[in-house]
Amino acid sequence: MATATGVYHTSYEADLALRKTRAEWIRLGLIVLLVVSAPFLLNPFWLTVANQIGIAIIGAVGLNILVGHTGLISLGHGAFLGVGAYTSAILVTRLEAPTLVAIGVAVAVTTVIGTFFGLPSLRLKGLYLAMATLAAQFILLFAFRNWDFITGGTDAIVVASPEIFGFTLRTDFHWYWVIFGVAALVVFAARNLFRTGLGRAFHAVRDQDIAAAVMGIHVGRQKLLAFAISSGLVGLAGAMTAHYRTIVTWERFTLDVSVLYLAMIIVGGLGSVAGAVYGATFMTVLPAAIQQLARNVRDTIPMLGREIPAIQLIVFGLVIVLFLLFEPRGLDRTWQRVKDYFRLWPFRY
Amino acid sequence: MSRAYRHNLNGSSLEPGTRQLEIEAVALRFGGVQALQNVSLDVCQGEIHAIIGPNGAGKTSLLNCISGLYRPQEGHIRLHRSDGPPHDLTRTRPSRVARLGVARAFQNIELFKHMTVLDNLMLGRHVHMKHSVWRSFLYYGPARRQEIAERQLVEEVIDFLEIQAVRHAHVGALPYGVQKRVEVGRALCLQPAVLLLDEPMAGMNTEEKEDMARFILDVNALAGVTVVLIEHDMEVVMDISERVSVLDFGRKITTGPPADVKTHPQVIEAYLGEEVS
Ligand SMILES: Nc1ncnc2c1ncn2[C@@H]1O[C@H](COP(=O)(O)OP(=O)(O)OP(=O)(O)O)[C@@H](O)[C@H]1O
Ligand SMILES: [Mg+2]
Repeated sequence: MATATGVYHTSYEADLALRKTRAEWIRLGLIVLLVVSAPFLLNPFWLTVANQIGIAIIGAVGLNILVGHTGLISLGHGAFLGVGAYTSAILVTRLEAPTLVAIGVAVAVTTVIGTFFGLPSLRLKGLYLAMATLAAQFILLFAFRNWDFITGGTDAIVVASPEIFGFTLRTDFHWYWVIFGVAALVVFAARNLFRTGLGRAFHAVRDQDIAAAVMGIHVGRQKLLAFAISSGLVGLAGAMTAHYRTIVTWERFTLDVSVLYLAMIIVGGLGSVAGAVYGATFMTVLPAAIQQLARNVRDTIPMLGREIPAIQLIVFGLVIVLFLLFEPRGLDRTWQRVKDYFRLWPFRY
Repeated sequence: MSRAYRHNLNGSSLEPGTRQLEIEAVALRFGGVQALQNVSLDVCQGEIHAIIGPNGAGKTSLLNCISGLYRPQEGHIRLHRSDGPPHDLTRTRPSRVARLGVARAFQNIELFKHMTVLDNLMLGRHVHMKHSVWRSFLYYGPARRQEIAERQLVEEVIDFLEIQAVRHAHVGALPYGVQKRVEVGRALCLQPAVLLLDEPMAGMNTEEKEDMARFILDVNALAGVTVVLIEHDMEVVMDISERVSVLDFGRKITTGPPADVKTHPQVIEAYLGEEVS
């Protein structure tokens, strides 16, 4: 219950709720309205970008569970994305599995492989764990490229547009609803996870692993669980990319992608579900915006048009450095500050 | 505000006065440093057992052996229970030791700094909760019911330690004395059979020390929790403990009631002429 003098609760249910004031509910309503109306308002280019954002949200929330919430690092998540994509694509094309089954199996396979490559975390921390997961990235990429008999090697796998419950998902407009439906579920599930004992245990391992152990948390098991959930979600994102783009090639799962996803959660806010959403949105919109901008000025300044990839890279690097310097806790923190500013608005100081 | 406490904070089912923690000939080495040498002592259910000794005597190391954080090279540490053979804690990993009912507050505060007081205390309930990924994802239903059920006991501990006002505060931002109190609270939430407190009053002013002493006495007298207490302040030790064990250079000098220990010649020598009042 929100009053002029503060927020009061008369039950533990109310105290535990995610949204406690009317303003918070109105904000949620506005976001829902925005998401629902977006596909009717966006042009084809930006609708494609929106779908990429949705998939990135699923992956970023997943990676953040490992990096931001549990304090482990992985440079292998680009390849885990590939495991999900390849598994689902292969099941659909070779075994003619129904799409939903294929995606389900892909999530399971990525969970197992991600957990396996998380085993070094039982012994290693920080930079050493980064190196171990980097090895996972290279091993998996090697498999994608060279195990012709499974992955088709360097040739792309082409997948047909999927049919779900008798409905063929062909256009970006169709996909939008599927992608954002799944993304909303993932965000909801992740938010829930971190208000239960299991989620708290991840934070405990991150903050103080010795104290966590002494409080009865099996630290090793908790770390592997973080790898499992995290790579499962990334596998889901990967499988959805495969069917959405209808094409799977190894180039989409290189180290760059691992780094891009890490950038998303750093820019958005480590250890915050909302932060992962902001970061995924920001880091997907940014290159698209640069591309659009450069295209618009191509005729006046031709050099810009030619150098789009270079400019994208430079801005990308600059953004990460600036965030690390000036807002290391990411967009999530920026948003909190904006909210506080308006909450105290008449009394600025 | 006072109210009747509905939860029993004592996790032990042993008869008061029976042997609960049996430390037998424990030896611990770090390379050339002999941190503990042939240390044997018993802790009985329901007592406050103080462990004292000069800096570097091995007090914290002994607690770390009990918690399963250190593996002694020799000896055994047995935790007795009423319903079966004792557990050998020297062969048990820390998370399992906690499940067996051994709770711990550290010498240098080891709270989960980025979390609220409430979350820290709820982590004390971790071993009593069921954790399922799917239920957590869903939240509404069993997961929320469990959160609320466990919250009841946590709120009693909050009332008991008089930290109601800061329950939603982040622990990192709290004053030192309050953090110490929260850490004891986190251990209490485990409903421990044995409570290990490593210098819970270090760095506190007299008033805070008195509060802490009162909490320890209450936990022990009202709830019947066994307390193993490391403390440098002799007055406090002599006041509240039933038995005192003295360590010096990794060896145990003596165990006994405070009055006897105070006059023990070797103890006086260990404190090198320091007044043991
Ligand atoms: N992890 C470790 N590695 C190496 N040596 C250690 C370790 N832990 C403790 N020691 C050594 O063991 C000895 C006992 O240390 P311990 O911390 O148990 O003393 P203490 O009695 O708790 O002292 P204080 O009153 O200062 O807390 C010291 O010489 C210390 O240097
Ligand atoms: Mg010590």
